[in-house]
Amino acid sequence: MQNLLTSEGETRTDDWTLLPRDVSATELPTGDLIVPFRVWVEARTELLARGSRAGVWLASDEQAEDLEPFLAELAIIAIDFPVFSDGRGYSNARILRERLGYDGELRAVGDVLRDQLFLMRRCGFDSFALRSDRNAAQAVSALADFRHAYQHATIDPGVPLVRRDH
Amino acid sequence: MLEDRVAQFRDQTSRYLRGELSESEFRPLRLQNGLYVQRLAPMLRVAIPYGMLTARQLRMLAHIARRYDKGYAHFSTRQNIQYNWPRLEEVPDILAELATVEMHAIQTSGNCIRNVTADQFAGVARDEIEDPRPWCELIRQWSTFHPEFTFLPRKFKIAVSGSRDDRAAVQVHDIGLELHRNAAGETGFRVLVGGGLGRTPLIGAVIREFLPAPELLSYLEAILRVYNRFGRRDNIYKARIKILVKALGEQAFAARVETEWLDIRTRMAPVEPAQIERLQASFPPPDYLHLDADHAAANLAKERAADRAFDRWVERNVMPHRQLGYSMVTISLKPTGIAPGDATDQQMELVADLADEFSFGELRVAHEQNLVLADVRQEQLHELWCRLRPAGLATPNIGLLTDIICCPGGDFCSLANAKSIPIAEAIQRRFDDLDYLHDLGDIELNISGCMNACGHHHVGHIGVLGVDKKGAEFYQLLLGGSQGNQASLATILGPSFASDEVPSVIATILDIYVARRIEGETFIEFVRRVGVEPFREIVYAKPAHV
Ligand code: SF4
Repeated sequence: MQNLLTSEGETRTDDWTLLPRDVSATELPTGDLIVPFRVWVEARTELLARGSRAGVWLASDEQAEDLEPFLAELAIIAIDFPVFSDGRGYSNARILRERLGYDGELRAVGDVLRDQLFLMRRCGFDSFALRSDRNAAQAVSALADFRHAYQHATIDPGVPLVRRDH
Repeated sequence: MLEDRVAQFRDQTSRYLRGELSESEFRPLRLQNGLYVQRLAPMLRVAIPYGMLTARQLRMLAHIARRYDKGYAHFSTRQNIQYNWPRLEEVPDILAELATVEMHAIQTSGNCIRNVTADQFAGVARDEIEDPRPWCELIRQWSTFHPEFTFLPRKFKIAVSGSRDDRAAVQVHDIGLELHRNAAGETGFRVLVGGGLGRTPLIGAVIREFLPAPELLSYLEAILRVYNRFGRRDNIYKARIKILVKALGEQAFAARVETEWLDIRTRMAPVEPAQIERLQASFPPPDYLHLDADHAAANLAKERAADRAFDRWVERNVMPHRQLGYSMVTISLKPTGIAPGDATDQQMELVADLADEFSFGELRVAHEQNLVLADVRQEQLHELWCRLRPAGLATPNIGLLTDIICCPGGDFCSLANAKSIPIAEAIQRRFDDLDYLHDLGDIELNISGCMNACGHHHVGHIGVLGVDKKGAEFYQLLLGGSQGNQASLATILGPSFASDEVPSVIATILDIYVARRIEGETFIEFVRRVGVEPFREIVYAKPAHV
């Protein structure tokens, strides 16, 4: 089952390996890795020297600002939603995109469900690793759940702050 | 936008009913659509943005009460309306019907920014500095489906006041905004944060004395972001913003917001003057007639002199208006024997007709759970009163002891420790002598069925709180709370009472006031002067012969 969805509505097979929070920084598997921030700090040099791609995932209690020195080196940033009702990842996403100017892939991982995709996309996520028991293809329509939005948000900074067309 | 939302929720509901969405996944989705699961049935809460309704919308609310519920509905202390008996399968239909009159239940529950509330006399009050409604509308639009702030640590309530006398309870909201003008005559907001009732009642702290009004949204965004990132999520009783403000300290919290704001401002432009004008233009004053105010006043005086009941109603339920010859009328939803804030479908139909006939087709919901016709010609007051009276809508008790604020309590709410509606009724029955009530004057009595404080018991002059005492329903009494500019939190009187003791304890409290007040002193002024100790001594005094 393909569980990866892009903001363009395409489904993909995920070829990244996401390592859990308690993984050891000295025993990294081969292939493209998304590692916990702590592992990135500990093993950054090795990760960059491996010839495969590397990125970081942020836990919901970690701060986007801590990634600032590394933004140019990261092939992907993932933000974890431990439960969908933990909304801290939305702020981290906007800070990465808007304040820190990160323009690489920004992926939502964890308890990612179709009913949150629209919000996530508006905060700057451009790929979504749906929870493993969900089908990405069925979630595509959720990206277009609302035709209008009021706020200025990351994906359409040109939209006026307040629109009257509701 | 609303149709999109109804379609989305219809899909979510059917996925839930088919078993494709689990209870825990459906829960936040139904909550975002105003649907709670209560003791007896689901409860649907419909937003009335800053309390403003058209007659057409009220007719729809009446229709929904009749068709999908038991023929009545409940106006809440949040200027919303609640239906206690809808069927889950029919909720998407109800939402679709509401959408035809631009109404919805979005963000009336869940951990998001809730319906913004304001003064029920906005735009007509004599002490108004500026109409708060255009700003409320701006906040409403900004907060609707805000992509970043839909899963906050806890619910979030914003209130806006635009007048000298605060009638929006800005000091007990997560954010309170007070419109005022600076020396240069520019409009801005005094920003209060971290007020609230519930388990940890607190008065909000001023974190900014003057925020230029066009910068409102970027500043709100900064507050919400600090809260979203750093508010506690490990304990729902410590998750409101007030706990974060307290933990960091007011100044440190304000400094964090300021830093965040300075950054957000670089990307988020102030609201443009043209946008503000457009918002303001959507609240035009109605087409007032130029009336002979002196003649109307003389006539009203005559009518009042001729009819004691009408005179009483005018005294309590009618307020002076900004426009000569007009009045603001509060329709009491607190007659004895009816749950405070409840209205039947027929009453709602009648009020809608009266709004069309007497008040430009508009009405408001007050957070005290009453309805307001804001633009009634003085010369028509008597006729209006005659039409309200047979429908049980002319109770002359606004601001009096029997104008009780009361949560749904144990009759409906699954969180309750005790019932609240029967206590309200017992108090109303005990104090049914209008002369006595009018002599007592302004007294606010607020009842909550548990410490979640939906009945605002902390800010009642007299507060009643339902508590659980070894499985039995008991009531704690509080004294000295108040809302408004001099907001204060009430003090607990002492050990709790059984339900049948409550009316007589309140009688004792009132006797003390009547016996010891000085000329012209209101109940709350008296309590502030003497404190709660004299009340304690007498209420808990052991009878001498025991
Ligand atoms: S105060 Fe308690 S009992 Fe009353 S409505 Fe709120 S949660 Fe329910």
